[in-house]
Amino acid sequence: MSMVQSVDSVALLPAYLAAGTAVLVLLVDLVLARRAATVGAAATGALATIVAAVAVGAGEERRTFCVGADCSYVFGGRAALVAALVALLALGVLALSGPLLRDGTTPVGEFCFLLACSMTGGVVLGAAGDLITLIVAVEALTLPLYVLVGLRRGSLASAEAAVTFFVVSVVATTLTLLGAALLYAVTGSLHLERLGTILADRSELLDLPLTTVAVTLVLGGLAFKVAAVPFHAWAPATYDGAPLPVAAYLSTASKLGGVVALLAVVQHALPNDVAGPVLALVAALTMTVGNLVALRQRRTVRLLAWSSVAQAGYILAPLGALALADPDARSGAYAAALAYAVFFVLLELAAFAGVVALRPAGADGGHLDDLRGAARRHPWVGAGLAFALIGLAGLPPGLAGLFAKVTVVRSLLGGDAGWLALLVAVNAVIGLAYYLRFAALLYAPTGDAPAVAGRPARVVAAALAVATLIAVVVGFAPQLVLDLAGS
Amino acid sequence: MSGGFLLVAVLAVPALGALAVAAIPRDLAARVVGTVAAALTLVVAIALLAGRNLGWVAYGATPPAVRPWHSVDVAWVPGLDLRFHLGVDGISWPLVVLTALLTLLCCGYTCWRVPPGGSGRALVALLLVVEVGILGTFLALDLVLFFLFFEVVLLPMYAIIVGWGGDGTGPAARRRAARKFALYTLFGSVLLLVGVYLVVTAAGTADIVALTGGTELSRGTQLAAFTLLAVAFAVKSPLWPLHSWLPDAHTQAPTVGSVLLAGVLLKMGTYGLIRVAVGVAPEGARWAAPVLGVLAVAAILIGSLVCLAQTELKRLIAYSSVGHMGFVLLGIATLTGTGIQAALIGNVAHGIITGLLFFLAGAIKDRTHTGALSELSGLRETAPRLSGLLAFAAVASLGLPGLAGFWGEAFAVVAAVEVGGALWITLAVLAALGGALTAAYLLRLLRQVTHGRPSAPVAGLKPGLAGAELAAWVPLVLLTLAVGLAPTLVLGVAEAPVTALVEVLR
Repeated sequence: MSMVQSVDSVALLPAYLAAGTAVLVLLVDLVLARRAATVGAAATGALATIVAAVAVGAGEERRTFCVGADCSYVFGGRAALVAALVALLALGVLALSGPLLRDGTTPVGEFCFLLACSMTGGVVLGAAGDLITLIVAVEALTLPLYVLVGLRRGSLASAEAAVTFFVVSVVATTLTLLGAALLYAVTGSLHLERLGTILADRSELLDLPLTTVAVTLVLGGLAFKVAAVPFHAWAPATYDGAPLPVAAYLSTASKLGGVVALLAVVQHALPNDVAGPVLALVAALTMTVGNLVALRQRRTVRLLAWSSVAQAGYILAPLGALALADPDARSGAYAAALAYAVFFVLLELAAFAGVVALRPAGADGGHLDDLRGAARRHPWVGAGLAFALIGLAGLPPGLAGLFAKVTVVRSLLGGDAGWLALLVAVNAVIGLAYYLRFAALLYAPTGDAPAVAGRPARVVAAALAVATLIAVVVGFAPQLVLDLAGS
Repeated sequence: MSGGFLLVAVLAVPALGALAVAAIPRDLAARVVGTVAAALTLVVAIALLAGRNLGWVAYGATPPAVRPWHSVDVAWVPGLDLRFHLGVDGISWPLVVLTALLTLLCCGYTCWRVPPGGSGRALVALLLVVEVGILGTFLALDLVLFFLFFEVVLLPMYAIIVGWGGDGTGPAARRRAARKFALYTLFGSVLLLVGVYLVVTAAGTADIVALTGGTELSRGTQLAAFTLLAVAFAVKSPLWPLHSWLPDAHTQAPTVGSVLLAGVLLKMGTYGLIRVAVGVAPEGARWAAPVLGVLAVAAILIGSLVCLAQTELKRLIAYSSVGHMGFVLLGIATLTGTGIQAALIGNVAHGIITGLLFFLAGAIKDRTHTGALSELSGLRETAPRLSGLLAFAAVASLGLPGLAGFWGEAFAVVAAVEVGGALWITLAVLAALGGALTAAYLLRLLRQVTHGRPSAPVAGLKPGLAGAELAAWVPLVLLTLAVGLAPTLVLGVAEAPVTALVEVLR
């Protein structure tokens, strides 16, 4: 075996660009120290990353950092989808931050640098081929967020949120690392595909208590990242304390990262008959608890936070059907989970964009009542937000959300998990109750006290428009997403 | 013009009309444009009858049980087994025309009067979107597409109730009623989703034409699928005991909303039961038929008894729908040719008559500002025309021979007797008893509202009717007479497809 590895720089191009963006932003901020230049550099870098991811992903699957047949970096169609999506979300969040960065209390250079760093983690994540790369990528995605969450200066809630998030996240990472170490102890391998082969071939390993512990630790640690019940309690407090754009990033890019990491370990490495039932239970709990608690929320961001907990349950649900299913149904389940995640992050970004647009610059999410009648004052922005909420509820005209639910139910019934499909169905009804309340509130008569709110920032409205447009397009042509997720 | 073009046009015209209405800033102009779109839709819907492909070219040994006159079949989302597959036959066509007609009448009525709450053009746009959803449901020949259109109706109807509804008890009651409607019917449609994919994953296709007869599905799948689908459609129809959203929604909805809701929205449930649940899972249908029959008769009796105790005009008519839909479901539950024909004509008749009743109830409430039966009396003294029309509609609703309501109820009972056996004979007797109760509460309604001395709200009424009102009501009156005197208008087109359906049920 040669000790000199050949490095395929083309496969790494999106990652180079993402990392380069971070460095560039840092330099621009140091040299020029002008807000527009810094933000412009970050946006350009994110755009370049999207283009590179699409261009590289359009070709053959590329593997690099290989030891024998095992590769630590596999850039295929799915990795390209994740990379492009994370960069797109970073770009969207950058747009949402426009009003926040303009009011001068937030350091622009640091904000953009940290966002670009986090984006780099997300871009690498989809391509990770071994547990260490995977965990490092997840950490690179999460680490900058500890600081970003705490960026609302002088806000106690923001500081609390940052500390909560930091502590929980570090513990979660430790658990995952311990799990990875134990898996290494059992199998002597860290490469995902090799792990899968070893565990499949030597079934006596599955009887070891150590294997079960290792699998549980890895899954549990990653479940923290997607805020799945019972590892969800940090999410509402953190989202609500963070600046709105950062909350948007947490509930889209960061959640997508957790889902992709879970998918990677479940699909390639972990034994299905151990992981399947655990994930089914987690999914069932997550959607039910998330929806029931969301019913009682009165603060906008907390409602979105709990609803995104519930949505994580729908994403995980297809993975719960793994234990019994045949290989075809299994690959369908992975594709369904990823497809749902893609539909979800688009709609969630649009929902946050709508909230940011309807709130004063730099404000937090406030109470739901603060948005009463907002759609009457700003019909277009209000319609965009209502569309996103209806989509999240999974009803027409939000076809993207409807097809997302359909995809999940279909994969569950294909995988002999009818009970979970029924649970998803019932949860969709509970979900509609609060999404509908929120959306109807936007159109409710304002009464005698018209809230003072300026014009929505143009850049935020543009982000909302783009996200809505993409959601409409994939709503009418969901096959685009299904193909990419299945590749 | 080819049939496929017409099918797409039936959906495209109201959809484009809704967009146009939303885009036109001037309120009255937008409402007129919407009405024109609705009228065009009706023309296209009637045109579907022309050039139908009756000489079906049989392929294979047995011809399929669903033989559409026209069809369109285009792939949409292969990953989800979703095809854009539309078709129309004798079972769906009368309902398509009824939908187009009632929407046109509602849009025209809205040109004349907009209920308080929101802008008239938004209401017309929503009515057209509801129409697209209902027509799509009746035309879909792909299970997943059927589900999709089934869902389209939900939110616009919710918005109509919340935005323009109200019975004077304040916005909270309105919102509660609308939310109940949305959640209840979504509960039905998510069960439909699970049921649909249960069938699709087991059979590997979502094509209703291929699936009708249920030949490829195992008994267990059919029982599970029928249970899910039947509950889903029972919520929409609504079948007792899943009906409780209906009275609230009707009481709070604006007149045009009530007309569409009772006139055609409920028919999505019974149509789905015939086309999807019974067609795709006949084994399950045979297994569940006695339960369905018992529930249907319970709906007839309970609906009638509740009506006898009602004190509010719209609520009474709403509960009467529960009873009438009970007759329709009884017809379906017999699984015989007579029963299903009775269900189809009962569907259409109920749509026409209850549409008319809700129009009249709305007119009375608009004039007197009350719906309480105790505050209404002596209508014939001050408003003889309105009172006469109400009497006509009520008599039609109680099933007087010669009017549209008679055929569905009488033949549902006849079909139950034909099935024979102690259970079905008992059901037939009880249903007939329910028919008598129907007469009782409708005559009670007439006695209270039209007879006696004029009450204070009624005393000041003017006898005249507006031209727009007459324009909306006369077509319904004429159709009630026409379907009553010549039921072959509906049964003629439906006979062949029903025979084919009953064939595969054996």
